[in-house]
Amino acid sequence: MQKNVKVYSTPTCPWCIRVKQFLTDNKIDFQNIDVGSDQAGAEEMVEKSGQMGVPVIDIEGEIIVGFDKERISKALGL
Amino acid sequence: MYDLIIIGAGPAGITASVYAARKRIETLVVSQDIGGQTAWSGEIENYTGYQFITGPELASKFEEHMRQYKIALKENEAAVEVRKTGNFIKVKTDKGSYEAKTVIIASGKRSRELNVRGEKEFKNKGLTYCATCDGPLFAQKDVAVIGGGNSALDATLQLMKIAKHTYLINVNERLGGDAVMREKVEASSLVTVLNSCKVMAILGERFVTGVRIEKQGKEEMLQVQGIFVEIGLIPNADFAVDIEKNERQEIKVNSYNETNIPGIFAAGDVTDVPEKQIIIAAGEGSKAALSAFRYLVQHNF
Repeated sequence: MQKNVKVYSTPTCPWCIRVKQFLTDNKIDFQNIDVGSDQAGAEEMVEKSGQMGVPVIDIEGEIIVGFDKERISKALGL
Repeated sequence: MYDLIIIGAGPAGITASVYAARKRIETLVVSQDIGGQTAWSGEIENYTGYQFITGPELASKFEEHMRQYKIALKENEAAVEVRKTGNFIKVKTDKGSYEAKTVIIASGKRSRELNVRGEKEFKNKGLTYCATCDGPLFAQKDVAVIGGGNSALDATLQLMKIAKHTYLINVNERLGGDAVMREKVEASSLVTVLNSCKVMAILGERFVTGVRIEKQGKEEMLQVQGIFVEIGLIPNADFAVDIEKNERQEIKVNSYNETNIPGIFAAGDVTDVPEKQIIIAAGEGSKAALSAFRYLVQHNF
């Protein structure tokens, strides 16, 4: 079964677009949380990652900050 | 062994790769990101053929164009050294090492840092270099923009719509940048412009809580949760140690995009070309690729 994937992002950030594109290309379903409009989501992201930069990717509890392709691939077993 | 390694995948690097592919030059593109500064731009109205397009859209058009061709691409890799020994050029990255007969450096520019206490510590903990990306996280908070040119004005205009109050901290006596933007900023009750102010330190605990500034020899503290640094750009050319640069650390090129080292070319914002524009970077990229092609032919590669 596919791992539970959450992406915390803003609509305008280029790295967020690339992360989402990468997941889509690899046919990974994910939940996108727009931290610009979702205040609770933003707080959740800061709490989980200890920082305020986007994107943050939560793969079944593993927190990855930024578009770190290798770590994302490894966490997803791609 | 490649015929050509292109460092960078902004408008210059991508255009160079397309021209190289069409000449059937065996090419590798090594880049940290795709689209370069174009991907971070807001609205673009001066790229011929598009009366209006956003930065991310234009960047994805560039990428799409590059991917039309079979071009080897290493994304998320940063060049750390470029060195010519004999006839060949070695490009070392943070992940590998490659060799080629020619190289085009098109690695662009990055945000200049403040170099004050607290800056490194609070990066991404309230301090950011990208208002477009991280601005929305500061809804209804007090923030400070540092800078006084167009990029600082652009950030301020974006934040006016999001933040509770924005302080614009400018080291000069007056704001620079375009009059249209400046007037909007100065007219807003949601912005306080602080001219002739120097940033001394970024303050905080887990996250940013304030910034210490100095005005006419007197220090004061502003309480803010967000700090946006917009004080210009510096070339990504630290890895090009043997290559001649100007006083701004831009790589010197002639009108054929040649550097002082035969076989190594450079294009776009990383160079001393006058005017940094997307369309100019793209044009320079094409010139560099054609020069590299000519070099390969002349040296019977």
